[in-house]
Amino acid sequence: MGIGTLVGMLVAALVVIGMLATQEAYSLFLPGLLQGAVLTIEIALLGSLLAIVMGVLAALARMYGPAPLRWLATVYVEIFRGTSALVQLFWLFFVLPQFGVTLDAFLVAVLALGLNVGAYGSEVVRGAIQSVARGQWEAATALNMSRAQMLRRIILPQAFVAMIPPWGNLFIELLKSTALVSLITLSDLAFKAQQMNQNTFKTIPIFTLVLLIYLAMSLVLTIGMRLLERRASLGLARGRAA
Amino acid sequence: MIWDWAFAFEILPVLGRAAIVTIEATLLGFVIAALLGLVLAVVRIAVPWTGWTISVLIELIRSTPLLIQIFFLYFVLPKFGVVLDAFTAGVFAIGIHYAAYCSEVYRAGFDNIHRGQWEAAIALNLSSWTTFKDIIIPQAIPPIVPALGNYLVALFKETPLLSAIAVLELMQTAKIIGSETFRYTEPMTLVGLFFLAMSLVSAALIRSLEGVLNRRTMR
Repeated sequence: MGIGTLVGMLVAALVVIGMLATQEAYSLFLPGLLQGAVLTIEIALLGSLLAIVMGVLAALARMYGPAPLRWLATVYVEIFRGTSALVQLFWLFFVLPQFGVTLDAFLVAVLALGLNVGAYGSEVVRGAIQSVARGQWEAATALNMSRAQMLRRIILPQAFVAMIPPWGNLFIELLKSTALVSLITLSDLAFKAQQMNQNTFKTIPIFTLVLLIYLAMSLVLTIGMRLLERRASLGLARGRAA
Repeated sequence: MIWDWAFAFEILPVLGRAAIVTIEATLLGFVIAALLGLVLAVVRIAVPWTGWTISVLIELIRSTPLLIQIFFLYFVLPKFGVVLDAFTAGVFAIGIHYAAYCSEVYRAGFDNIHRGQWEAAIALNLSSWTTFKDIIIPQAIPPIVPALGNYLVALFKETPLLSAIAVLELMQTAKIIGSETFRYTEPMTLVGLFFLAMSLVSAALIRSLEGVLNRRTMR
């Protein structure tokens, strides 16, 4: 789908939210839902940061680390990819306290979602590094670079471009997964929706607004990643020509 | 005492029964996803003017959380006179959500069919129904089976969301055991292990299926 269509959908979503906000049946719920959306965005941002860190670390550990580290990274990736995000969230929230580690719900949310998406991200990073042409490695070796230098100066900048679209998809997944944190008592957008629904039974306006808000957030993210992709690949093209 | 084996064995049969509900929901949801996804992908090609509508629809479904979609079907549809029980609403929500993803997979499969195949079908004056049924789909499906398999595993891992509308699947049962006995360690860990085991097994199955399909198509 072209970036124009996406921007069109975003504008349409915002216009519909704006129009609904003029009606009392809808405007009543908007402030509370937006308040929830702020928490959703906070969790999504922090979770994404953690996911990037974990993804890069796990990928590098799996590819170049010493055996124990490689083994540890593999176990991490398999566990977090093999079980569902909700199970991980509940495990950290309900089971960890029984081992004497009590984290507050916000931290659990960021940890669970970040670790979950990071496990998928590590495969993205690994694939992107492997997709860099062999000649680049050989040229870097010929120039007598150390492995760290090769990665930092030659490989990762090129792999970065290949990583952007799949990371974009993962960020969308993470944003959508934040709805799960409503089930561990955090008052994010989904939680506010359920709470208002139970109090007022005004199901249609509440869930319509919630869907539109999530849609707008996802579209902003998608459009942002598309622009980033465009910029990054422009830079690469220029670099090659020079 | 952090891990109680006796308790773990005591709850195992209860969780086992709940696991059947989880697997039922997975299979039913995937049947809906696979069929509806195919229909969306075929209609998009066969009826060109629907293309834009379908891509917007798919984008809408993929951009909003499954949990909210489950709530939507469960809480909003009754207002329009359609009352679904929790299991049905949940399975439909999961099925429709993944249909959006599957239809993109089918589309990739259709895009990979050589142009000449479409042209030959037109030259032979085949109807678009026959073209799809006998020419395109038989060639398009085998290469995308692994991708569909990955979505089956992803869908399977989303079924714990059904616990949010109180479907008595694995997660909900574990939560109930936890709240009744104040012991979350064993039920939650067992649920996690169940998902891990099933995911690893299905990943291995998909990999071997991929091998079989590659051997058959690489002539």
